[in-house]
Parts: sequence; structure tokens; C-alpha cells
Amino acid sequence: MKTPIYLDYQATTPVDARVLEVMLPYFTEHFGNAASRNHSFGWTAEEAVDTARDEVAKLIGANSKEIVFTSGSTEAINLALKGAVEMYGDSEHGKIKGRHIITSLVEHKAVLDTCKHLEKRGCEVTYLTPDKTGRVSVEQVAEAMREDTLLVALIWGNNEIGTINPIREIGALCHEKNVLLFVDGTQTVGKIPVDVYEDNVDLMCLSAHKLYGPKGAGALFVRRRKPRVRLVSQIDGGGHERGMRSGTLNVASIVGLGEACRVCRIDLDKDIAHATGLRNRLEARIRASLDEVHLNGNAEHLLPGCLNLSFAYVEGESLLMGINNELAVSSGSACTSASLEPSHVLRAMGVGDELAHSSIRFGIGRSTTEEEVDYAADRIIETVVRLRDLSPLYEMALEGIDLATVSWTGH
Amino acid sequence: MAYSDKVIDHYDNPRNVGALDKKADDVGTGLVGAPECGDVMKLQIQVEGDKIVDAKFKTFGCGSAIASSSLATEWVKGKTIEEALSITNSEIVEELSLPPVKIHCSVLAEDAIKAAVADYKTKQG
Repeated sequence: MKTPIYLDYQATTPVDARVLEVMLPYFTEHFGNAASRNHSFGWTAEEAVDTARDEVAKLIGANSKEIVFTSGSTEAINLALKGAVEMYGDSEHGKIKGRHIITSLVEHKAVLDTCKHLEKRGCEVTYLTPDKTGRVSVEQVAEAMREDTLLVALIWGNNEIGTINPIREIGALCHEKNVLLFVDGTQTVGKIPVDVYEDNVDLMCLSAHKLYGPKGAGALFVRRRKPRVRLVSQIDGGGHERGMRSGTLNVASIVGLGEACRVCRIDLDKDIAHATGLRNRLEARIRASLDEVHLNGNAEHLLPGCLNLSFAYVEGESLLMGINNELAVSSGSACTSASLEPSHVLRAMGVGDELAHSSIRFGIGRSTTEEEVDYAADRIIETVVRLRDLSPLYEMALEGIDLATVSWTGH
Repeated sequence: MAYSDKVIDHYDNPRNVGALDKKADDVGTGLVGAPECGDVMKLQIQVEGDKIVDAKFKTFGCGSAIASSSLATEWVKGKTIEEALSITNSEIVEELSLPPVKIHCSVLAEDAIKAAVADYKTKQG
């Protein structure tokens, strides 16, 4: 077993060997520009892009004409939200539906910051507070809906805690109310079954490097029927991608995205069983040796490879420091940030700041092994025990002092 | 973020971890910081005459917070109360090579020393 052990698959994944193999000829032999219509170099590239487009579409239950390639999820999010507001919320296009957006406090920064930007451009945004497991309910969305609601933008499976939102139900509501539903599928596509038509999704972003493809490629699903969604492009130029995203296509990476989607589709059941099994094994082993371990997330609706735990009385960064020669994981603590504020996701869920500072996110992936998971659990246990011995909070808790009643001198 | 060798050394081998009897007349206890800020330090001193003969700490916080409090106990031991009070956070920053985002850890350690001394003085009347 090689250390450090990588348990941060939400951050990124390695390119699958099967994917890399398919990509390589497109850097050298088949280097053509997919927009070159006059010769075989261009045709070969275009054919490869078309195959990739079919594979992305197949994985999510879409039609290949509904796939717009982008540089990744962040760009797809910007295109979807800004593009929809400009198309439907702008008198310039004569299609005023409204400028009200509903989103949630546990979105990725790419959605939150795009919403902030749109607020400056005259949009009104409602930020829903999820329940304590990080889940938004269809009732909450219904309550927030207004006459002028244009768009609901929600994350499907959360990147920090793995909680899965009830997208199908929310999508049904949106369609009933004639409101668009944008879904951030970055962590979800390739991890659980996704069918944009069954799930009532209108717009959805995905990213290659989260599903064993290369960094720098992604896609936006743009629904073409019931309803047909139109967007104003955010990058103008040669009119690529049906005019929605100009710029020479990143052929090799798009080929990689397509192959990664094919592998995910074929291996989906196997991958889910593998990741779920190892996640449960990791959690059980940790809980067998440590008390006061709290799950951040929804045990019933959780992405297969995601486990976010808070280890009470131990600060997350010090825990990372004890293990990070051997384990690559991430923490919701933000001791390094100037604001000293922990994860906005955990805060929005109502996790107390002290538990938020104590959180560790584990990400299990395709190549994670039982041996690695057991080793990781043992290192975590060792370090938590050591740091609790060092923790005045643990000492006080053992003495029966309720930490909530202590008058702290915050700084 | 890379930690300095001294921070790593204090984290791996913290000095003077533990607790003194907080009810004893010759012990001063300082508890500073707050769990929601991600740092809580408890620093205790035992005083004979005006000399600090023993010091113990426990810290909830990042590696730099643990190192700052560990170093603080090392420095106050054997000093007089007045000498201990003259320890500043910038000396801790310098000794541990703390980066700007970790300066608050050193401030907290200085506060912990002052709080422990204040508690001792209150007990002495």
C-alpha cells in the first residue's frame, strides 16, 4: 500500500487508464480542429466530438443535441444562469419572464457567486436554508416561488457533505409552475443514476475531472423539448456549440469526457456498490473506536463515496496536520482563512461552529481499497485520541461541563 | 500550507500537556478563545513566591495554536510573574515563524498567560 492515501475524490479524480488511452491520439495523430469542414483532419476530430457528445447524453438520458461542451462546471454554471437571465429576464430580448431566482445556502461558490453577480444586475435571489442534513425540500421551493420566478438553481449531490436533494420532485414543481430548473450535477453525474427527462431537469452542469476524465472539460445540458430552453451565449466568437459557446473545441479532453461518461455508465452499479461498501466500512471502523463522532449529511440520501464527519473537541486543521503525511482528505475548518469562518455549507445546516471546525470530508473512489480505508480509519482514530488528550474542551466535557454555558472570550 | 519545523516539533511533542488543580490557591488558570472561533487555550501556572514553578496547557486549535501554547508554557516556567507578563505575541511569532494568518494563535497564547496570572492574583486577593 502506497501513502499518502488519496481520499479526496470530491476534489478531483485521476484520469481512468481506459480514458487516457482513448484520448492520446487526439493530441498527436488526430490533432484536427473539429470546426474544419474542408478536410479529413477536421472530420476526424468532429466525429470524435460527436461520439463524445453521444456518450455524455447517454449517461444522463439526454439527446446529444442538448449537450454544450464547456471548460468545466464553473463555466457551465455561468452560462446557464447568466444566459437564462439574459434570455428570459431582459427586455432587450422581449421575453420578460421575471428576474427572481431561487437557490440555496449550500450551493457551490460557482453558483453563489454567479447569483451575487446577477443580484447586482437587478435580479432578486432567494437563498433557501436547508434542513440540518443539508437537504432542501420541495415544499420550501414551492413556498419561495413567486409570479416572477424565472429559475430555480440547486445542487444535486452536495460536494461537501454528499446530501442528495429531491431533484425529481422539485423539477416536477418547476414544470408545473413554468419555472426553469438548473441543477449542479458536478458531484452527481456518474455517481448515481441520472436521467434529466425522468428527473425533470432543464439545465445541468457536469465536469469531466470529477468522473475520471481530464481537468478542463465539462458540459451543460440544455433541454430542447418541453420546455425548449434558450440561452444567451456568454462567450462570443465563431459560433461553436450551436452558438452557445464559441471557442475551438478542446477535442482531446472532450474525447476524454465522453469516454469517462461511457465507463461511468457501464460501471455505474459496480462503482456504487464499491464506494458505498467502503464508506460504510470506514464509518463503522471509526465509530467502533471513537465516541462523539457526528455525521454531516443525510444518511438516507447520500452520495455513495462521500463521508463527512465531525470529531467533537478536536479542531479539523490540527487533525489534518496529524494525518496529512499519510492521508489526503479535506476539512471544513477554515483556520487558514482570514475570516476564521468554517464551511458555509455546515453553517447553513446549523452545525455549530465548533463541530464545523472539527469536520473532515472523506471521498472514496474507484481505486480505493479496503486496506486503504482500514489504514485511514486507524490513523484518524489514533490522531483524534491524541488530540482529545490535548483538548481542554474534551476535558471539560468529561467533567460534565456544558460547553454552551461557558462564557467564552471570542476573538 | 507548510508549517515551520518548530511548529511541527511542538505539535508532535507538545511540552507540558496536562492539568494542575484549578482549585489550588497557588495555581492560576487562564481559559481563552472560543470553540466557534476554532481555538481554545487553557494555560495554568503554579506559583511559589513570585516564581512560576510549573505550567501546563491544553489546546483545542490548529497546529500553530497548539505550538504557541506549548511554547508559552515552556517560556513561563522558571520566570517570575512580572517576567512572564512581559512575553509578547510577536516573540512567539518570531520563534515559531508563524505566517500572518496564524498571528491570532500567538495573541491567544499571550492572552492565556495574562489570564492565568490574573486568576492567580485574584486568588491571592
